[in-house]
Amino acid sequence: MPLGYAVNGLFLGGFLFFSYRMIAARQVRGVLTAFVAQSLCLAASAFTLGASTMLWELLALGAVTFISKPILIPIVLTRLVPGGIYEIRELPRTVHPRLSLIAAVVLSVLAYLVTLPLVAVALGPTLGAANVVVGFAGLLLGGYQVTIRREAIPQLLGILAMENGAFLAGISIAPDFPLIAELAIAFDIPLLAFIVGLLTRAMHEQIGTTETSSLTSLREESIW
Amino acid sequence: MILFVIPAFPLLAALLGAFPRCERYLPQATFIAALASTIVSLYIAAGIAAHGVLIAFPHWVAVDALSAVLLCVITAVTTLAALFSWGYVGTFGHETAFSSRVYYANFNLFVVSMLLIPVVVEPGLAWIAVELTTLLSIFLVAFENTRGALEAAWKYMTITLLGATIAVLGFLVFFWAMKAAHASDFTWDGLRAVAGTMPAPLLQVGFLLVLVGFGAKVGLVPLHTWLPDAHSQAPSPVCALLSGIETTVVLYVILRLLPIVRETPLVHASLWAVIFGLVSVGVAAFLIVQTHDYKRLFAFSTVEHMGIILTAAAIGGSLAAYGTIWQIVNHAFTKSFCFYAAGAVLMLSGSREITAVRGLVERSRIAGVALLLGALAIAGAPPFAVFSSELDVLKAGLARGQYVTTSLLALFIIIAFVGMLAQVNRMVFGLAPVANHGRTPSRARLPLACTVSLVIGAIPAVALGLVMPQPLHALLQQAAAGLAQ
Repeated sequence: MPLGYAVNGLFLGGFLFFSYRMIAARQVRGVLTAFVAQSLCLAASAFTLGASTMLWELLALGAVTFISKPILIPIVLTRLVPGGIYEIRELPRTVHPRLSLIAAVVLSVLAYLVTLPLVAVALGPTLGAANVVVGFAGLLLGGYQVTIRREAIPQLLGILAMENGAFLAGISIAPDFPLIAELAIAFDIPLLAFIVGLLTRAMHEQIGTTETSSLTSLREESIW
Repeated sequence: MILFVIPAFPLLAALLGAFPRCERYLPQATFIAALASTIVSLYIAAGIAAHGVLIAFPHWVAVDALSAVLLCVITAVTTLAALFSWGYVGTFGHETAFSSRVYYANFNLFVVSMLLIPVVVEPGLAWIAVELTTLLSIFLVAFENTRGALEAAWKYMTITLLGATIAVLGFLVFFWAMKAAHASDFTWDGLRAVAGTMPAPLLQVGFLLVLVGFGAKVGLVPLHTWLPDAHSQAPSPVCALLSGIETTVVLYVILRLLPIVRETPLVHASLWAVIFGLVSVGVAAFLIVQTHDYKRLFAFSTVEHMGIILTAAAIGGSLAAYGTIWQIVNHAFTKSFCFYAAGAVLMLSGSREITAVRGLVERSRIAGVALLLGALAIAGAPPFAVFSSELDVLKAGLARGQYVTTSLLALFIIIAFVGMLAQVNRMVFGLAPVANHGRTPSRARLPLACTVSLVIGAIPAVALGLVMPQPLHALLQQAAAGLAQ
């Protein structure tokens, strides 16, 4: 189905673009906006694959993803975490965005090289084959974001971006994964955002900052 | 349906926390709920030992011998942790009723999430239960609301959730591998039934993703860095749950996957498990020697024991499988006892520093003896229970001809043993009086509930090394047979 390939390819391209955008965004608010756009691409890819393969599980998952990630998570986070935090510019203080984007490209190539043999073994040239590659890349790019960010909210969004990557691959390699498990996982994400939002607020109130890189009081032993 | 009664008790106790009028009954309710769960778990375990697997919902919820062992361990350790909490929370710097309600609600919900892991047989649900254990314990770690506690909670959250995300992709890859083998039963047994026909590259990637992802939660090196922070900053009864059972129930998920991937030659599952296991034991042994905080000391001991259990499981064979499960049981009881002793020392001294605690046995006979017993028991001194299970593991390694693995394991255990006893010896018998560094208020005497917890907690750590009850032996053998197949 050439149209399905083209439409899904468009959403995958968008997913990858917004993964890069999350890494390069200088303000916390920019990271959140890019995460919302990335989640919309994930939901759209699930709808496209669901419509192409007539799998109602994928359509249901797309709907749940659409509600939980681009809608519920920003609501939960903006309500729980003080607004000033979203205006913080933190990236230039750690890794320069240009350097980060080069690292992101290297990680994307690595994801391609790792997943290509797997796709060849068990998937073949199907509609969702590219989902596996982009999904693995999303996982690695989210992990990279967790390591370079200094603020609590971008770190949390990095973890959620990793989950987006895992699910983007999942809708292709496990489209009929038990729906009860997928629904529970999808509803678990807003709960996660709620609890981490509360923890971030507690940190802001008790320590006066949400800069997690300043939390170094417990470092003690080193084997080296 | 009796299976659902076990998590129902702590769930009811958690709901009680929603009513402000019931706040003063929460310690008692939590303890009674845990005790009731223990009794039902023992009843179920006895039934399984006699009649085999108990299936509540086919393909979703079932309990076999290994799950039954885990259920009994979780509920029994929780009962004692609830008793210790009764004396600890509210009398030691956590006076507000709001904190007490938050504590018990989180405590009970955390226990419910742990109880779900061994009873679900569908890997996706097991992943959700593991994720819930993290989410429901973050505020237990952060409970003291200090800079250190919040820092520990943040590290705990970041590393374990990052790991869980990696693990979920691993489970999706397992599902992919199962579909590639034209099967449809996505359960532990279903995966095992088609183990030989699933593509090896997928199994390898899936297993490594779960091992690394859940390894972060178990505390395997190099993803262990959150563990000493979280396990030292959380209230002591919570440390008993985190160290004694939470790490173990997550490791249980990895143990369920091992028999599925072990026999596929290209996956090298046992090799990966041995590498992660031995590196964890070795690194933890050297960190035990270096640490200056006695709660971190026991936390590093948890990293060591998780490594021992993983290595034991990777050795393979029925004797090693028996040793693995026996070690899980002994570690859970002994480590939780160690944290009760550490909690008692903290209440008396007000400091977590090893150098700040000297001559403990003169200040409090029960705390000093408990700390010494706990250290001896968890380090693996004879005749304590951990010694017996570690001996089983080492014998199994030699019997399987894995001399390098066994020698390294024995060497690291000895280093950890010496480090642990050197540290605790100074605390218990050192000459200087116990100092209060003013970080937290110190007490002259321990609350009765804490003293009773210490006395009861010592019983399994000592007695299981001397006497093996026949019904427990039969259940362990049945569980080992399932793990070794």
